[in-house]
Amino acid sequence: MITKRIIPCLDVRNGRVVKGTNFTGLADVSSPVELGRYYSENDADELVFYDITASSDGRRLFADVLRRVAETIFIPLTVGGGINTLDDFDRVLKCGADKVSVNSGAIRDPSLIGAAAKKYGDQCVVLSVDIKRVDGRFTVFAKGGRENTGLDALDWIRRGVQAGAGELVINSIDTDGVKGGFDLELLDAVCQTVSVPVIASGGAGCIEDFLTLFRTLPKVDAGLAASIFHFGEVSIKDLKQTLLAEGINMRL
Amino acid sequence: MVGIVDYGVGNLFSLQSSFAFIGAEVTVTADADVLAGCDRILLPGVGAFEDAARKLRESGLASAVLDAAQSGKPLLGVCLGMQMLFERSFEYGEHEGLGLLRGSVKPIRPVIGPDLKVPHIGWNALHFPKDKPVSPLFRYIREGDFVYFVHSFAAMDCADSVIAETEYGASLTAAAACGNVFGCQFHPEKSGTVGLNILRAFCETS
Repeated sequence: MITKRIIPCLDVRNGRVVKGTNFTGLADVSSPVELGRYYSENDADELVFYDITASSDGRRLFADVLRRVAETIFIPLTVGGGINTLDDFDRVLKCGADKVSVNSGAIRDPSLIGAAAKKYGDQCVVLSVDIKRVDGRFTVFAKGGRENTGLDALDWIRRGVQAGAGELVINSIDTDGVKGGFDLELLDAVCQTVSVPVIASGGAGCIEDFLTLFRTLPKVDAGLAASIFHFGEVSIKDLKQTLLAEGINMRL
Repeated sequence: MVGIVDYGVGNLFSLQSSFAFIGAEVTVTADADVLAGCDRILLPGVGAFEDAARKLRESGLASAVLDAAQSGKPLLGVCLGMQMLFERSFEYGEHEGLGLLRGSVKPIRPVIGPDLKVPHIGWNALHFPKDKPVSPLFRYIREGDFVYFVHSFAAMDCADSVIAETEYGASLTAAAACGNVFGCQFHPEKSGTVGLNILRAFCETS
């Protein structure tokens, strides 16, 4: 039977992974290629790279890095950050990305989702949504969580999936960085709204949080996290062994 | 030399990198003469069957693939490239395939039931049929190893050629073979070490 997926996420600025990591045995802890290989060899099911560079020079560095990652790592790669047009899709897919994650770009131009799904297939289009409660309502935020769009999150997700988004990354701003567990209430609402794969993001602080996620919400397909993996607080192997022992299907 | 058939569908970067990584000589080509000079052929594919099958024919490469298969060269179809090896597909209508493997490609939804998500995306285990010897394609991997799938359709009515299945609400065809013709529904180029070992075994088939 299909496994749940564990996905580390790396933020890249000017071709370097931001927020250092503390793995022993890595010559360069900020090299996306070395870190990607490390995760790939240490049981990650998939990798997500976000390009948080604003400049065109940074974009070019990112493309070089992505190509080198894709030449050496043979698990699915999702790329996000700065995806505003079909040309942006093309740019990262040519460098070896398998899926492209859209966020603010799709909010600015919702037709991007449908156009990309038609050209590259639904499986290629990942809709990433940053969500925060505003007056008790799940609301979409843009620009890395800085701008309240006023959009109702469940409505936006429904529209995105209808347009052709093949997967969702649901990032809860309310739980992100708190390390108190995933936003189960939000994720449950999303799972009841759509039937495409859902990747939970924001809030993982320990192994128990992943166990609670997959036990409480069997429809969630994957858990994504950054700092707890990068800082070695949780090793993916330990995490997957624990989940497997608890009856959650894992690839090991 | 492995020839990856470039007929304008999908991203061939990872497949090319995978073969390079395992030390195989590889070329990505849209030239039938170059394919004729390769000693094994990889037929890739993503997207919709009808569109891909049309592009393969219009590019003139369908006959190059058929010639290669008939001359006994090892041929491996991946994902949609595997589906095109069969006689026909019922993806949005009925479309003719290359007919190198018996059977047809059908939507998985009616066989897996209403509860599971479609597409079937993610890592799932390979199971080898108990009544057949293990395919040479799997000589370096084990029963139960995980590979990465992304698909909404699968080959059916092809019991003779099935060499691996996977469980997703039902037993789905994960890989098929007949003589020198092989097909993987999953993506070996995205399946980590297991996938690379399958490609390595393909490069050693004769």
